[in-house]
Amino acid sequence: MFDMIMTTGVVHLTIGNLVMWLIAFLFIYLAITKNYEPLLLVPIGFGILVVNLPLTFLMGEGEGLLWKFYHYGLEWEVIPPLIFLGLGAMTDFGPMIANPKTLILGAGAQFGVYVSFFGALFLGFNIPEACSIGIIGGADGPTTIYTTVHLAPHLLGATAVAAYSYMSLVPIIQPPIMRLLTTEKERKIKMRQLRPVSKKEKIIFPLVTVLVICLIVPASAPLMAMFMLGNLFKECGVVKRLADAAANELMNIVTILLGISVGATMSAEGFLRPQVIFVFIMGLVAFAFSTAAGIMLAKLMNLFAKEKINPLIGSAGVSAVPMAARVSQVVGAKADPKNFLLMHAMGPNVAGVIGTVVAAGVFIALAG
Amino acid sequence: MSDVTAPMAGKVIEVKVQVGDTVNENDEVLILEAMKMEMPIVAPASGKVSEIKCQKGDSVAADDVLMVIE
Repeated sequence: MFDMIMTTGVVHLTIGNLVMWLIAFLFIYLAITKNYEPLLLVPIGFGILVVNLPLTFLMGEGEGLLWKFYHYGLEWEVIPPLIFLGLGAMTDFGPMIANPKTLILGAGAQFGVYVSFFGALFLGFNIPEACSIGIIGGADGPTTIYTTVHLAPHLLGATAVAAYSYMSLVPIIQPPIMRLLTTEKERKIKMRQLRPVSKKEKIIFPLVTVLVICLIVPASAPLMAMFMLGNLFKECGVVKRLADAAANELMNIVTILLGISVGATMSAEGFLRPQVIFVFIMGLVAFAFSTAAGIMLAKLMNLFAKEKINPLIGSAGVSAVPMAARVSQVVGAKADPKNFLLMHAMGPNVAGVIGTVVAAGVFIALAG
Repeated sequence: MSDVTAPMAGKVIEVKVQVGDTVNENDEVLILEAMKMEMPIVAPASGKVSEIKCQKGDSVAADDVLMVIE
């Protein structure tokens, strides 16, 4: 009888397991009731729940089911590039091509990545760990995961959850910073309607971008190549089936595997450490600095530009697409309901994705 | 006479006024959806709605005239 009881998980439960259950329930609750990143928080929350069930060995090396998802999906670097394939098939680079200046805003909004990199070093993290924490400031989940798996896999749960948490909190974190750094007059700046972008330009863009960026930062190639391939599928117009598959079925499948694999890395013994709190703090610092840097850079560009840029679109340089662009629209419309910044903000927003991938490539090349 | 134009390509998800209605400047006259975001379109000037050129569910391009206010 005693032996039989000992084969159940109940007697092996720890306080840590119970704490992680609470975190899992919180994620699932936030996803269902508040609609915070539900496509990710539901599988992540569920992954956390089941990996904290004793004796299930779901993350047992070589045999556990979730370990196999994690190992072949994330450690083999298959899932994040496939997510980027789908993102590419969903992204319209038109606003950025129409106003290439926004590329500068997308690059400038990576400032927070480097601030938090140095902050993390100061707090005692080593260089690969600091790179993984800094990249949270790019507000790009798959890139954060890709970088962390490369450089500091033991921090994966914390960095991934921090990145997705802050992305879902974009509408709460960004507006106070945007209002603080801009005047009412600046928020009312109206921007000229974007010029139409031809199909030819949209087809040439992914081809040129992949050549230029992968030549300059070869370590960004897995993400950048798949991102641009997905975009070429979308824009070339002759492989609609592939574009649809990448943006829908494939994207959904890899999102399930990504979510549950990330959740599965969050066992009590791995996650409940003081280090994780610092990861979250530095992630927030990164995010706030990226937001501020995008705005300040837009203001700086206005000193020299003939046609003024509404600085509210600068904050969209963090790559949370399209949430950050929506926030620019909402904050701008509050200052002037006749002002529509959404499409203007999509320029720095998609440029921010490219900027974050480049930052990740630089980190991996230097610290990997 | 003022035209209410689409600020960007999108889909009309609600027309909040009818021909003959009187509107004030900045009153919401239409809801446009773009990038899965609902955006209220406001009247550029006070006046009477003389013509509505779109209906719920229409896809519109940037700069399309959606309604006319006299």
